[in-house]
Amino acid sequence: MNPGTGKLRTLITPLVGDNPITLQVLGVCSALAVTKTLATALIMSLAVIAVITVSNAAISSIRMHLPRSVRLIIQITIIASLVIVVDQVLKAYAYSLSRQLSVFVGLIVTNCIILGRAEAFAIRNGVVASILDGLGNGLGYAWILIAVGTVREIFGAGTLLGIVILPTTAAGGWYQPAALMLLPPSAFFIIGFMIWAIRSARAEQVEEDEFEVTKAGGP
Amino acid sequence: MRVVTRPAPHIRDAFNLAAALRWQLIALAPCVAMALYNTGLQANLTLERLKLEVAPGWRGDVIQALGVGLDPLSFVAAVIHGALYFLPILITVGVTGAFWSWAFATARHRPPGQGLAVLVLLFALVLPPALPLWQAALGISFGLVVGREIFGGIGKNVLNPVLVGVAFLYVTYPAQMTIESSWVMVDAFSEPTYLSLGALQRPEALAWVATPWELSFLGLVPGAFGTTSTVACILGAGVLLYTRTASARVITGVLLGMVLTSILSNNLPGDAYFSLSFHWHLTLGSFAFGAVFLATDQTTSAMTDTGRWIYGFLIGALVVLFRVANGHHPDGVMFAILMGNIAAPLIDSLVVRANIRRRARRHVD
Repeated sequence: MNPGTGKLRTLITPLVGDNPITLQVLGVCSALAVTKTLATALIMSLAVIAVITVSNAAISSIRMHLPRSVRLIIQITIIASLVIVVDQVLKAYAYSLSRQLSVFVGLIVTNCIILGRAEAFAIRNGVVASILDGLGNGLGYAWILIAVGTVREIFGAGTLLGIVILPTTAAGGWYQPAALMLLPPSAFFIIGFMIWAIRSARAEQVEEDEFEVTKAGGP
Repeated sequence: MRVVTRPAPHIRDAFNLAAALRWQLIALAPCVAMALYNTGLQANLTLERLKLEVAPGWRGDVIQALGVGLDPLSFVAAVIHGALYFLPILITVGVTGAFWSWAFATARHRPPGQGLAVLVLLFALVLPPALPLWQAALGISFGLVVGREIFGGIGKNVLNPVLVGVAFLYVTYPAQMTIESSWVMVDAFSEPTYLSLGALQRPEALAWVATPWELSFLGLVPGAFGTTSTVACILGAGVLLYTRTASARVITGVLLGMVLTSILSNNLPGDAYFSLSFHWHLTLGSFAFGAVFLATDQTTSAMTDTGRWIYGFLIGALVVLFRVANGHHPDGVMFAILMGNIAAPLIDSLVVRANIRRRARRHVD
């Protein structure tokens, strides 16, 4: 993650290798709440990508002038201002989706990923690297949300972006919607299965046991 | 054969996992018998009430080919009709469960885990007879994979895999798992369970209490395959307790919690459910089955003796609470036991700590 050794890596590592949701397990709250349909997941992803990229850029550019003691206040002020702008834009141009997202756009302020990247990266790296880092982490967050939103909308409602994929029994088709997919816990299971798949493929992401697990066949 | 030596050290014969599982299978036999007989009996009774000569669908063809008829009074006719409902579900659940068990064993280079037969049988017995086969397959897949295999197989799970699967089905396909039409299926005719009747028509909830309690105790009422009969569950409990496969503390705790909480609810002002007395709570829904076969699961129940009392009591109390105070879920037994599973490690930890503190106090100088 050293900016000198390749800016492309700053952008690509957060996608799978250091994904904010599946590895750091941050921002899960919103990932559960806004993934009922793909449309809300997409809008939320765009909002987070916009906020995290701009906030990383802004914080990185003033990092030399930030007194350490008040840096958190200033970071939060910048992030909150950006979130308000995004919220107002959504209200102006996508009112119904903004209504569906309700408080979760406002709650981007408290999304750990954004403050986390500001603290961990933007505060000690250059502007271009910070923008790439913000973009990478935003995209890492986004693809998980989009994947979860896709699965939940297809299996929960039989549609994708409102287009019928699996005709439901209620509409005279054959597919019986799985009501669990409409409930937030389903996102837990889907994200859990994704983490399982990613860590099976990349064993280096598996954390060490916090206690000794008895081996099979042992006492 | 049990060998116990008189003077210490005490050597006992090996009561291992395989033996425990074998006794569980034997204890389930009465419930399986009731699943075969009662399911067919309810179907035949419904057909008679509807004045139908032929059972609908492929089952009617098989029954005609066998020439057993649909007389509700005929034992053989009821068992055959019941088997035509129960066996497809049992086979589906068994094959799906065996597949996942094999898949995980192969992927992990281990011998297949034990306990599949008990899991499959328990799961099939708590399903409603009219459940579509693919939903049964989905339910056991979720229960076995998320409820057990993810944690590393039998003995390592946190929640009872049977209940994980049932809860999954209950939340995912509420129509098939709760609505009255699931329990006796004869085309377009539906027979509500006693509990769902109460939930659907709360003001008239007491209407079903007019039904003889003895019928409900014997289990000759509509319901899930193997959970209607309290008698069958008591027989199973006898086997489990005699062989010490299940903990008597858990079962007694569940009963105590249920009785005391229902006495409390009887003395509170409320609708018909509040005044439901404990002998009805015992026979309704899957209470007896849950108390005997599901709450006593050795992996997911509390491990300490005191903890088992608390764990059982908690489950019994929660069952009544869910029933009387929550009209949306007619039968909260499985959720109550899942809650108990979640609380079990905490209960054990508190009991152990309390024990340490108590013993430490003895040595205050």
